[in-house]
Amino acid sequence: MSGLSFAIPGGIGAVLAGLMFVLLRGDRRSVVDTIVHVALAAVTAVFLGYLASRAIDNPGGFLEILVGGLLSGVLYSLVALGFVLIFKASGVFNYAQGAMVLVAGLALVRSLDYLTGLGVANIVAIPLAILFSGAVMALCAFVIEKWVLRPLLNQDGLTLFMSTIGATFVLEGLAQMVFGSGVYPLRLFPTDAWILGEGMFPGGILVNKLDVWGGLIAAILVVALAAFFQYTKTGRALRAVADDHAAAQSVGIPISWIWFIVWLVAGIVALVAATVWGTKLGVQFSIVFLALKALPVLIIGGFTSVPGAIVGGLIVGAGEKLAEIYLGELIGGGIEYWFAYVLALAVLLVRPQGLYGEKIIERI
Amino acid sequence: MSSNTVMPVAPAAGSTAASTQPAEASGLAVAAARAAGGAGSREDRARRTGEVILSVENVSLSFGGVRAISDVSFDIRKGEIRAIIGPNGAGKTSMLNVINGFYFPQQGVITFKGEKRREMRPYFAASSGISRTFQNVALFKGMSTLDNMMAGRTLKMQRGILWQALRFGPAVNEEMRHREVVEKLIDFLEIQHIRKVPVGKLPYGLQKRVELGRALAMEPELLLLDEPMAGMNLEEKEDMSRFIITINQHLGTTIALIEHDMGVVMDLSDRVVVLEYGRKIADGTPDQVKADPKVIDAYLGVSH
Repeated sequence: MSGLSFAIPGGIGAVLAGLMFVLLRGDRRSVVDTIVHVALAAVTAVFLGYLASRAIDNPGGFLEILVGGLLSGVLYSLVALGFVLIFKASGVFNYAQGAMVLVAGLALVRSLDYLTGLGVANIVAIPLAILFSGAVMALCAFVIEKWVLRPLLNQDGLTLFMSTIGATFVLEGLAQMVFGSGVYPLRLFPTDAWILGEGMFPGGILVNKLDVWGGLIAAILVVALAAFFQYTKTGRALRAVADDHAAAQSVGIPISWIWFIVWLVAGIVALVAATVWGTKLGVQFSIVFLALKALPVLIIGGFTSVPGAIVGGLIVGAGEKLAEIYLGELIGGGIEYWFAYVLALAVLLVRPQGLYGEKIIERI
Repeated sequence: MSSNTVMPVAPAAGSTAASTQPAEASGLAVAAARAAGGAGSREDRARRTGEVILSVENVSLSFGGVRAISDVSFDIRKGEIRAIIGPNGAGKTSMLNVINGFYFPQQGVITFKGEKRREMRPYFAASSGISRTFQNVALFKGMSTLDNMMAGRTLKMQRGILWQALRFGPAVNEEMRHREVVEKLIDFLEIQHIRKVPVGKLPYGLQKRVELGRALAMEPELLLLDEPMAGMNLEEKEDMSRFIITINQHLGTTIALIEHDMGVVMDLSDRVVVLEYGRKIADGTPDQVKADPKVIDAYLGVSH
């Protein structure tokens, strides 16, 4: 590693870190805060500088890791998106989102297996299976709204959160009872890879087609959902319900209908996440733990922001892959598993509402 | 609406859009608006407000062992300003919540526009023309003033979720039509400058005004105001009173309000119902109520 290749990116990193420090610091001025922020900024600067120097040493390899990381980050975003939707619209932190991904995946893969077992051609079987699993998610939304949420109308957020923990176990148990508890391979998307830019970099850059598909679908979903939330009557009603149940009722917004819509949309998002993750890992119980990875994503992006979920997912995805490869060489592997949480802790220290979250000011 | 013919002040009554109001309304205080009609106006209004729009009969409400309302009956006539007063804890807000469908009374019947119901439901109340404001401002804090008021138009907007998702054609036209109505209200309430500001950031007095705007955006027949002037200074109270009178006289909206400021109550309202410990102790014109010994006792304490 040449001196120059470290100095230039190191300088850029320091400038970036300084900027971040000023931008994120906000209105807090206590000594402890300042020390923490400076320390975080320094660590970030060194990390970014080190990454940049490695990138200059081997741009092809760096790009491959970065692109792979970003694209797998999209999948985190998809799961996080389900959380954000429900949190925005009902103020409920929906612990059951991971379970919903499992339910959607199992319904899809099992109905697809059943149909192909009957000799139905894929071109017919796949849409049918998607319709069926969509219907299962609608049923979930209906049941959860009617028997979990409606009796708890106007209750505290924590109460609702606890009720979704209960719903998680019911969903997980029922789904595995009905659809089985094995590992079921799912092949909706191509799983081979492209080799790009062979002329520019030695060996080219390897990109998984599946990741690209996932990224595309996520992008479409996000744009559609963001527009829906921002510009339509129902979107406005969703935001209204999230802000104040009683006030929303007083202007005639039918809360149960809105909640059904929200859970249905979250179910559809779960279904999309399940198709992509299922193709990657096979549909299995461990998909539930994806939900845990969505937590740091949400903390980084902000619980109330759709773009936040996306950016958070990308940061976590790219960050953990880069850290795994480049830091792993220095301090040993396994970084991928904890990196997101450390990042989330750092964000909590500097900017508790997340990058895009709403800063809630309570008048007292 | 035959009653329009005897509307005292408004040459362009009832259907007039709110946009014509600010010019004549601005600068006028309560007294001026009242002076135009004076005592005569009150009698006129008594005549034209004959028809009962909402009646509450023998309503009792209790939470566990606590009786919030015991056997209260009263009615609200079309076009009037009806005040509900009483000491703290008298059951005034509970009464509004019963009318609005947030609380379900154990006994009693509520009749709104001729339709009898054992208990109201918020959705039914809103869709049949009752809107309200809250004692502690209940706005959608993360949303802008405009969005808050547009949320008040939810029931008026008909296009289904699929049209909205398409974002072109009928749903967009509809959105624009309703936006126009809301903009007129914004002009009327003189809150143009905070149109895009998230309401959580607004000072209290303006929040109250936005909340009134949201309630008005529903084009209610009966408007319930829960302490619309609580915590306001004199000037803000005058503004609010002016809005209430204009809404009542020019839009023909029936208003039921809870208020602690006796001066305002006696000036604004046509009839007053007085509650104490969940019971009705008096009901009549401001003058009758003021002279009622039971009311004087309730407010000043009984001498023994």
